Amino acid sequence: MQRFAELLDRLVLTASRNAKLKLMTDYFRSTPDPDRGYALAAITGDLSFTGVKPGVLRALGAERIDPVLFAYSYDYVGDLAETLSLIWPGGAARSSGGPRLAQVVNTLAAASRSDAAGILAGLLDELDIPARFAVIKLVTGGLRIGVSARLAKQALAALGDVDVSEIEEIWHGIEAPYEDLFAWLEGKDAKPEESAAALFRPVMLAHPLGEIDREKLDAADYAAEWKWDGIRVQVSEEAGIRRIYSRTGDDVSGAFPDLVEAVTFDGTIDGELLVGTPPDETGSFSDLQQRLNRKTVSAKMQARYPAFVRCYDLLRSGGEDLRALPFAQRRERLENFVARLDASRFDLSPLVKFETFEQLEVLRQAPPHPAIEGIMLKRWDSAYVAGRPKGPWFKWKRDPFLIDAVLMYAQRGHGKRSSFYSDYTFGVWTGTEEALELVPVGKAYFGFTDEELKQIDKYVRDNTVERFGPVRAVRAEPGHGLVLEVAFEGLNRSTRHKSGVAMRFPRISRLRWDKPAGEADRLEALFMLLD
Amino acid sequence: MARAGGLSRDCRELARVNPTTPEKAFPTAANRYLLPMRPEQLLHTRPEGLYCPAGDFFIDPVRPVERALITHGHSDHARTGHKSVLATRETLAIMKLRYDDGFAGSTQAIDYGRQITVGGARVSFHPAGHVLGSAQIAVEAGGIRIVASGDYKRQKDPTSAAFEVVPCDVFITEATFGLPVFKHPDAAGEIGRLLSSVAAFPERTHLVGAYALGKAQRVIRLLRDAGYDRPIFIHGALEKLCAYYQSEGIDLGRLEPATLEDAPRGDFAGEIVVGPPSAFSDRWARRFADPVSAFASGWMRIRQRARQRGVELPLIISDHGDWDELTRTITDTGAREVWVTHGREEALVRWCEINGIAAGPLNLVGYEDEGD
Repeated sequence: MQRFAELLDRLVLTASRNAKLKLMTDYFRSTPDPDRGYALAAITGDLSFTGVKPGVLRALGAERIDPVLFAYSYDYVGDLAETLSLIWPGGAARSSGGPRLAQVVNTLAAASRSDAAGILAGLLDELDIPARFAVIKLVTGGLRIGVSARLAKQALAALGDVDVSEIEEIWHGIEAPYEDLFAWLEGKDAKPEESAAALFRPVMLAHPLGEIDREKLDAADYAAEWKWDGIRVQVSEEAGIRRIYSRTGDDVSGAFPDLVEAVTFDGTIDGELLVGTPPDETGSFSDLQQRLNRKTVSAKMQARYPAFVRCYDLLRSGGEDLRALPFAQRRERLENFVARLDASRFDLSPLVKFETFEQLEVLRQAPPHPAIEGIMLKRWDSAYVAGRPKGPWFKWKRDPFLIDAVLMYAQRGHGKRSSFYSDYTFGVWTGTEEALELVPVGKAYFGFTDEELKQIDKYVRDNTVERFGPVRAVRAEPGHGLVLEVAFEGLNRSTRHKSGVAMRFPRISRLRWDKPAGEADRLEALFMLLD
Repeated sequence: MARAGGLSRDCRELARVNPTTPEKAFPTAANRYLLPMRPEQLLHTRPEGLYCPAGDFFIDPVRPVERALITHGHSDHARTGHKSVLATRETLAIMKLRYDDGFAGSTQAIDYGRQITVGGARVSFHPAGHVLGSAQIAVEAGGIRIVASGDYKRQKDPTSAAFEVVPCDVFITEATFGLPVFKHPDAAGEIGRLLSSVAAFPERTHLVGAYALGKAQRVIRLLRDAGYDRPIFIHGALEKLCAYYQSEGIDLGRLEPATLEDAPRGDFAGEIVVGPPSAFSDRWARRFADPVSAFASGWMRIRQRARQRGVELPLIISDHGDWDELTRTITDTGAREVWVTHGREEALVRWCEINGIAAGPLNLVGYEDEGD
């Protein structure tokens, strides 16, 4: 249990992706079964216990310690789980004894709503401080350690020196503590069989189309279709099992009951999840966001933003795996397949007819629908392969939006950048000419060169007006400020931001040392992009 | 700290005991009039610091005074400009290193355990276990003894004489970590975590933030005790103090300046570098290979503290006692009254109340909260 607790503590404070992978791979390599398997399940969110509510934690604390001292402590620490783990009597020394993770998981799994509090108290008595914190986080749900399920799978891939798609492919057919998976990754056993139905098939991705690529390609070899601005999904039905997977293999079926209901075919479709009523009405990404990251969806929400899939490809039809067929043949099969489905839930992604890339370029710059974010090029003869092979598929995105914004705050980075102010909050002007005011509209931490980073860092240090821990407020007035040209992919309405808008994928595209701060863009210019 | 809101303030009011009017606060202490002197006649606060009228001296004054008794060399306790200073030989040497020769008009060194008379009071210095030369100061007159503990810890530390319990009537305790959430683990175990990280990330530099006096030398000595025998690279701010510790017989092994010319592989990959915490957010830190930032401090017990500072590897190693050490020490001294100062006074006062010991906050200003 102690090693797992130490892993969580390190992961939560580590910013670098590579360092996180290293920490996880080392842990999986050096921890025996079944502990490592339960740790994996905890990280990927595949463990669930009878929940323990904050009120129960407070009550446990009150039984063990003076309520005034508890109140002082909670007031200071600010996090209930952490306060309880620290204040619980005993266990100050880091110990190597105590129950193992697997024992803890089994104990918690056997708990019911009525005895969960007592069982938790019993465990806390046996554990040291970091392990107590880990257990409380497990039972209250949500480790919040900044590690996605996909990153954990990548650590597994590194452990076994296999491609992550191989793990994604079998993931939904295996269960904690994953002893068969680890045996395979360590070369002690064969790859686990694909035993379950409607498993995830790793998706095929595209490279961005560069100038040089385009000159080398023959337009006749490629089909073109619109790149829709939704979320890429895989919809599968087999032996009565229906699944909607995200492109990284997470099962997102729960959020789209309306769509699941219409999955009445035996096959696997690759497509774009959108909201609206096809083919005529396709909602924006903002509309789609109303349906994302929700555990339950109200009937009202389903009626207002009905989900549907715009189909790109057919990977399986009945018992037949189509992935090895050329795109042209799969496309034909797809057209026939989709024709039989509920038209309000599934429609076909139309092909875009073109003869030259010059024609396509015109279409790309002026797509017929706002929910289109570019063009996909697919070789007519390409098989459907996992990952991002170079050559068969390209994405040719619409040019990003650009605005000129003013640097307002800078925050120190992590790791290699820990001595640099490298994360920038920028704003645009609002208010009247006489009383201009900056309102923050986004944050970006890449897009500049190392040399530019040094220049901005110096600017920040020389123009600091206030400090808040690792953050500095930078002088930003109409007559004095640094203008950043910011590129971004799209704009959503947001009630969480003061400006009312949230940018997608913002990055610094140019430093405008030459431009007076007062001439940066106004908020109205951003609002124009919304409509 | 940011969360110290209305609740704490209200509770502090409830728990407040003003040492200058003890009769009101403790009406049950009826036998107090049998004592020839009240404790607050022996020691009380003035703007300059804690004052003893009988001996006409201050303990750790924050402003220049005629006569100062100094508990230890940290700069918030040991300031310059006093006319005469009484302290341990080590504390005087540390002040001289930090402030040059003219830091005081005159100085007098005192050994641990020896009692001397200053004016109408008898004083003695006793090991506090905080840093090299640190002392608690016992003041006696009129039949009562007050111990001003300065900063102290009970955990084992090879770079400092071990804390000694001095029985007393009134114990003045610090409260830097005066909340039950502060529980310091064994420091050797924390060093073990640092060494595991060095082994796991051999291509990165481990930057260990540690305050220049006491903490840095302790961390280095603990690394040596754990068998780490590579050179340890230090920031310039640590040089004089490390050399002084070495001259006092505390073996820190091979230390090298963390300057570029001395970089073993050009960028200190795989090495341990120790420096003051402030240096790591500075441009100075740019010379190191993909650094892992570590920080040795009792504050690292709280995750949010580590996160705010961008610390990747928090090491819970402290110069100050944790909650259990503070409360155990209060019990050990047998004091019937406790004055609590710099830190989270209210929780320790509350603990005393629960345990039937008279207690109140002693409001001294000018001591840093963060110096661990």
